[in-house]
Amino acid sequence: MEFRDNKAIYLQIADYVCEHILLGKWKAEEKVPSVRELAVEMEVNPNTVMRTYELLQNKNIINNKRGIGFFVDESAIENVKGYRKVQFIDDELPVVFRNIYLLNIGFDELKAKYETFVKENFNV
Amino acid sequence: MEVIRIQHILVYYLTNTVSMIKINNLNFGYSKHKPLFKNMNMQLSNGHIYGLLGKNGAGKSSLLKNLAGLVYAQSGTLDVMGFNPVKRQPALLEQICFIPEEFYLPSVKIDSYVKANAPFYKNFNHTYFSQLLKEFDIPASNKLVNMSYGQKKKFIIAFGLATQAKLVIMDEPTNGLDIPSKAQFRKIMASVLTDDRCIIISTHQVRDLDNLIDTVIMLDEHDVALKASVDEITQKLTFKKVKELDESIIYAEASLSGYNAVMPNYHNEDSKLDMELLFNAILAEKIKFKPLFN
Repeated sequence: MEFRDNKAIYLQIADYVCEHILLGKWKAEEKVPSVRELAVEMEVNPNTVMRTYELLQNKNIINNKRGIGFFVDESAIENVKGYRKVQFIDDELPVVFRNIYLLNIGFDELKAKYETFVKENFNV
Repeated sequence: MEVIRIQHILVYYLTNTVSMIKINNLNFGYSKHKPLFKNMNMQLSNGHIYGLLGKNGAGKSSLLKNLAGLVYAQSGTLDVMGFNPVKRQPALLEQICFIPEEFYLPSVKIDSYVKANAPFYKNFNHTYFSQLLKEFDIPASNKLVNMSYGQKKKFIIAFGLATQAKLVIMDEPTNGLDIPSKAQFRKIMASVLTDDRCIIISTHQVRDLDNLIDTVIMLDEHDVALKASVDEITQKLTFKKVKELDESIIYAEASLSGYNAVMPNYHNEDSKLDMELLFNAILAEKIKFKPLFN
């Protein structure tokens, strides 16, 4: 995985896990990769993945069945959305807003772009 | 009696998170007039990958050699898993995997090398060794002298890890590895870190390894200039791109779109540690960092 420059690695791995859950690749109550498996895949220190899993456990996105491993929580999708929404509003939206303001982009234009984007990418 | 005592020590060190390595008041130098380490103190525990950084000549390789009993200190004590490495006891040496930067390999085939050297390590795992050779794409029938530098390096890494030693010491392991081998190396290192192992990697190529390292050790001016976990560093410092400099910034380097800056983490931000920037920052502003990490 290609990591970005500015965000802590354990948070980028959390995004990766959340993305898999939102896209339905990892389903509720299914087992997620072990700490070691994910560390090998991501080429990172297992302690970093452990930190990611601790965070996701606190957000009730995954849970730990002692001795068996980590599983996708039954209400994971809902909890991922809540967690990601806060992150998006706090971290990413200000950057988008800044550009909208600086480049003087109208909300009607944005709305049209947004609708085309959704149609093209998610077939809704 | 001696054997039982040694076994007791090993069982203790292999089953508990303790300081696997204790360095106390170490004084070391290649000549009396030019000390390399002055009263160095440090403790290293199992379950971590330590990244050892320092300028050329700061003593990275010398520190690693001290730990493996390859050089002798003038004074001070060194404790590695309950042993003094200077005594070079087999019970300790079979638990050390040392991958030096420069190495010699005899003119024999891989299987003869293994036959001659694997018996020194009672936990040597032949299946795992074959698996590592395969992952590194080295044909098992090769003669060692006919291999390229990179292939030789991958061979000794594979041999070293197959010994299942608890202390893994690597001096510039990614030197000479091609691009796919570096990725392979990172995957292998991520898989070998277990709770009972202590891994120390010295490197100048921090971008090759920065996501593998969980604790940074930096040597400078005869001593440990910094020893802190990545979590502790990013808790205390923020690494980010800024458009303009202000007085909160401890150190900054110009980049295409402004500056890459290090500053105290006032707002509890979760930034990504930029190891090269930290390295340069500490060399330039040692005094400003000292009070943050004590």
